[in-house]
Amino acid sequence: MGTETGFELIRVVIGLVLVLAFSQLNALFLVWLERKVAGHIQLRLGPMEVGPHGLLQTIVDGIKLVGKELIVPLAADKKLFVIAPILVFMPALIGFLVLPFGPDLIIRDMNVGVLLVFSFSTFTVLAILAGGWASNNKYALLGAVRSVAQNVAYEIPLLLAAMSVVMMVNSLRFSEIVEAQNRIWFIFVQPVAGLIYLICATAETNRAPFDIPEAESELVAGFHTEYSGMRFGLFFIAEYTNMFVVSAVATSLFFGGWHGPFGFGLGIPGIVWFLIKTYILIFVVMWVRWTFPRVRFDQLMNFSWKFMIPLSLANLVVTAMVLKLL
Amino acid sequence: MAEQFRKPVVDQIYTLNLGPQHPSTHGVLRMLLDLDGEYIVKADPTIGYGHRGHEKMGENRTYKQFMPNTSRMDYLSGMLYNHGFALAVEKLAGIEVPARARYIRVICAELNRISSHLLWFGTYVMDLGGFTPFLYAFDDRERILDLLDRVSGSRLTYSYCRFGGVARDVDSGFVEGTRSFLQRLRSRFPDYHSLVTENVIFIYRTRGVGVVPAELARQYGVTGPNLRACGIAYDVRKVEPYEVYDRFEFEVPVGVNGDALDRYNVRLAEMEQSCRIIEQALDQLPPGPYLNEKAPFRVRPPKGEVYQAFESARGLTAYYLVSDGSACPYRCHIRVPSFGNLHVLEEVLKGTLVADAISILGSIDVVVPEIDR
Repeated sequence: MGTETGFELIRVVIGLVLVLAFSQLNALFLVWLERKVAGHIQLRLGPMEVGPHGLLQTIVDGIKLVGKELIVPLAADKKLFVIAPILVFMPALIGFLVLPFGPDLIIRDMNVGVLLVFSFSTFTVLAILAGGWASNNKYALLGAVRSVAQNVAYEIPLLLAAMSVVMMVNSLRFSEIVEAQNRIWFIFVQPVAGLIYLICATAETNRAPFDIPEAESELVAGFHTEYSGMRFGLFFIAEYTNMFVVSAVATSLFFGGWHGPFGFGLGIPGIVWFLIKTYILIFVVMWVRWTFPRVRFDQLMNFSWKFMIPLSLANLVVTAMVLKLL
Repeated sequence: MAEQFRKPVVDQIYTLNLGPQHPSTHGVLRMLLDLDGEYIVKADPTIGYGHRGHEKMGENRTYKQFMPNTSRMDYLSGMLYNHGFALAVEKLAGIEVPARARYIRVICAELNRISSHLLWFGTYVMDLGGFTPFLYAFDDRERILDLLDRVSGSRLTYSYCRFGGVARDVDSGFVEGTRSFLQRLRSRFPDYHSLVTENVIFIYRTRGVGVVPAELARQYGVTGPNLRACGIAYDVRKVEPYEVYDRFEFEVPVGVNGDALDRYNVRLAEMEQSCRIIEQALDQLPPGPYLNEKAPFRVRPPKGEVYQAFESARGLTAYYLVSDGSACPYRCHIRVPSFGNLHVLEEVLKGTLVADAISILGSIDVVVPEIDR
């Protein structure tokens, strides 16, 4: 093993440790943020008791979850039931490997970065299906089936929207896509694709108003009805980690990644710009959740197949034509 | 064996047991849904999980002792149930009620109606997945509960009415508080409309969902806002005015299609009409005694029977009391609106989605303890 490979190995190991630490802390912070945002939108204070402004609330909640009994229903498919929460968390972590936090802060700047994130995010739905199926519970199964149909429908416009950006840059490498936006962000060039991406990303991460796989007023808790303790906690953390990943991808594809607006960096480090934009997007997603009612399942599918997919296809064609003419 | 495998799968219908413990059945209602995928083939609402035998209790208690029971049947409009029971017994025993007491009763009853509709508004939007309006509605409802707490000493189960009046007089603080509350509520309606009524997702979830044709509603004895949403302007306060309702100007809001959106709109319009009634009642509130001093301490109505209908927050409610001349009624029957309103679901839910079932059940606004009385 040469020094080059050895150095690369150490780099990847450090990166993985950092990713694990960051994703857990980020999930804890986002759960707290969600509760605070919800509280203030609803004229409440949100968590206030544990720590300053309830900052330690989610840590305490996590300890509580760890202490709870892990129940496996008698009629469940045990192996699948146990493995599903781990499966759901893995793809979100892998997404972190290629996220461009800053010019020098990419663990692996792969030439197929965009492809990698999207292909692994598809795995989430497999895990949800496994969890819902293995629970042997009608509500869980309904939730899982809904989740599959929803993800199939929304991944297509999501990819088509991302594709229009990829076509403009001519690369699937995140660093090149971000570098191409050092003056003008792609949201101003590709507003339709940006909007489609944001809507589909909300649906992809099962967030309201598209949270029908776990619609609590219909399906109790959807696919994770039977999960308890930290297994439920993993589903929960995965949801917030996924939310961070899709928002980070949106930041890199449409909102200039580590660049400041219109080339004005203002001397702020790239990672700060990146995180500011990502968390603003996450805030918007939360804001939407606490404002809108939930759409119905068939309306959601119609919206995707009859509106989003044709629109994103048209957007792709127009992009191709304009690129050819220029 | 081979035969068994070659048999085609024809029966894909499975039963989903919705409730009695489910976030959206509002109390202990159980619905047996036969599902084909997510479509409902057959819906069977099952009641009786919270049965307490209120009617039988009525036969073993004196009239006065039964008053607290009445507000426990429909815990969301306890004042209206108290009011109706007091009216029935007064009619049976021939007890006079002073004018001031009548107005106080109407004010409190209409406040209670608004609080019931506000709670319905919040929980209905929550059933549809919108959390925030729930807390806004509860913020407003809390102020009504404070007002009613001030006069009756209780937040939900008031037992405020007495045979021949009310338990306590209202003070100027209550009158002022009610006026400022009405002003506040009116300023909140535009917020509700822009947050919920005009929301595209909300409209898509409710328009054309759970249509109850007027004829079907009649057959099942559907009353209240659910019937008015079908376009039939039947309101006991207008049709057979009781108390002093004939002295107020108010409209009976009606819908057109009888769908969930119409039921929603009717209830929201009804809150505004209730505001109007309260305002007029406050303006006309006469001085004088709040309780008929000559009313007998122990009510022993003469032999006979009485039927007294009134409009509760959920529709036509009625007490049917039979007296044998003793201190307890011989028979105490209560007609509750939720029973008919709930059972029309068997017809309405056929062919809808599970998500719609929740929306329709919510829009019907059932209070299960009222059925399981």
